[in-house]
Amino acid sequence: MGKLMPLSGNYAVAYAAKAADVDVVAAYPITPQTAVVEKLAEFVANGELNAEFLHVESEHSALSAVVGASAAGARVFTATSSQGLLLMYEIMHIASTMRLPIVMGIATRAISAPINIWCDHSDFMAAADAGWIMFMAINAQEAHDLVITAYRIAEDPGVHIPVAVGYDGFIVSHTIEPVNVIEKEEALSYAPKRATWFILNPEKPITMGSLASPEWYYEFRVQLQKAIENSKEVISTAFREFRQHFGREYREADGYYTDDADVVLVTMGSITGTAISYAEEARKAGLKVGILNIRLFRPFPEEEVFKHIERAKVVAVIDRAINPGSSFVGPLYSEMVVTAFKRGLDVPIANYVIGLGGRAVLRSHLDLIVKHAHGLSGKKMRDIESHYTFVGVRE
Amino acid sequence: MASLPGWRDLPRGATILEPGSSIRYKTANWRVLKPVIDQEKCVRCRICWTYCPEPAILELDEPYTTKSGRTFKVTYTVDYDYCKGCGVCAEECPVKAITMVEEVR
Repeated sequence: MGKLMPLSGNYAVAYAAKAADVDVVAAYPITPQTAVVEKLAEFVANGELNAEFLHVESEHSALSAVVGASAAGARVFTATSSQGLLLMYEIMHIASTMRLPIVMGIATRAISAPINIWCDHSDFMAAADAGWIMFMAINAQEAHDLVITAYRIAEDPGVHIPVAVGYDGFIVSHTIEPVNVIEKEEALSYAPKRATWFILNPEKPITMGSLASPEWYYEFRVQLQKAIENSKEVISTAFREFRQHFGREYREADGYYTDDADVVLVTMGSITGTAISYAEEARKAGLKVGILNIRLFRPFPEEEVFKHIERAKVVAVIDRAINPGSSFVGPLYSEMVVTAFKRGLDVPIANYVIGLGGRAVLRSHLDLIVKHAHGLSGKKMRDIESHYTFVGVRE
Repeated sequence: MASLPGWRDLPRGATILEPGSSIRYKTANWRVLKPVIDQEKCVRCRICWTYCPEPAILELDEPYTTKSGRTFKVTYTVDYDYCKGCGVCAEECPVKAITMVEEVR
């Protein structure tokens, strides 16, 4: 069962695409993603991966090329970060509404201006409403496993939606960890290549990427919304079968110590590791802290999330991105407030924005957040003076 | 719109499964001005046929004899089902044989 290798997050993702036996890779280098496609180019050059590696002139072209290849029935892969993801944005919507099972890695990074290449979730969150299934990994192993799971989900006949796997730029992308690498045979037995979607074939001509006038367009947007809602069941089956194949267990959202927690700290990405280690320490000091890690951001797993916050006195939501001028500030915060409100939970839900542009997130920051959140216990949402706090910023 | 299929019944991703079905989409109703070819002035140079982006200029094997007695083997006409009225033909015609006239429906 697999073999343990020391891999960076980027290499873990490249090894996953190789194990999935992708047919076409199109990509353009951007920090901190570059090493993924460098490694894939190496695999192709060495004959370890039988794939077409397309050297394109931009990320817009990279995603366009894999849209074309996917429409021709290929299993495709691309990866990017930050400005590159923004340049792909136009094509992201085309890929999802055309229902092409593309898989992409996103080494998450801040977006300009000012220019900043470090870890942040602004790129991932800006792309979250493009109709893709969006995962966020907390470490290299997860990034590896989720890319393989992504093919299983995307190509499921009931889904046909592209999937993005985010992992924190530098913190995960460039940190070397022991990774249990899935071999090709194992990956293909879990996620067999089956081109079940509509495919271009000269023997049986069809039109893809057509025009839809006002009397046709709306239905296709509804199709996508319904399909991404329905993908939840396939995602949960894919996780269950992943465990049967590989022994590692994933869920849409995981709770640590949330059963009896006064304050539930909601996190995404590598902060989760820091938060779990903090929670263990805080519990020894008598603070009942729970951690809720959001692995699946789209479709947002409301039911799974709610199970972990329904008993909390305060929910503290950490965001590594902001939506300037919105009523909610942090994108994850908006999901948490809606999830709670829809189910009638009226405890304080507070937003803490931290770590923008790669600023370090320490356990001491999390301690400040939890203690601040604890001070809101017993209040109602309407009693909170300010729902958001910028943590670690200079005034 | 009750007669059109709902989202459940439409092929995924706006895929069109019937080849060549666009022929049923008559683009003529986009037109504001329509080209009219004066067969007397037309010298059969084929430039309008070459430039038409649709293509909505038809080259018919129909001989035509002008009042001055000149006979051509072909006749150029406009396919008014698909001509969008862009006016490229009228612009390019070297003998000004094509006039754009207001569409009356």
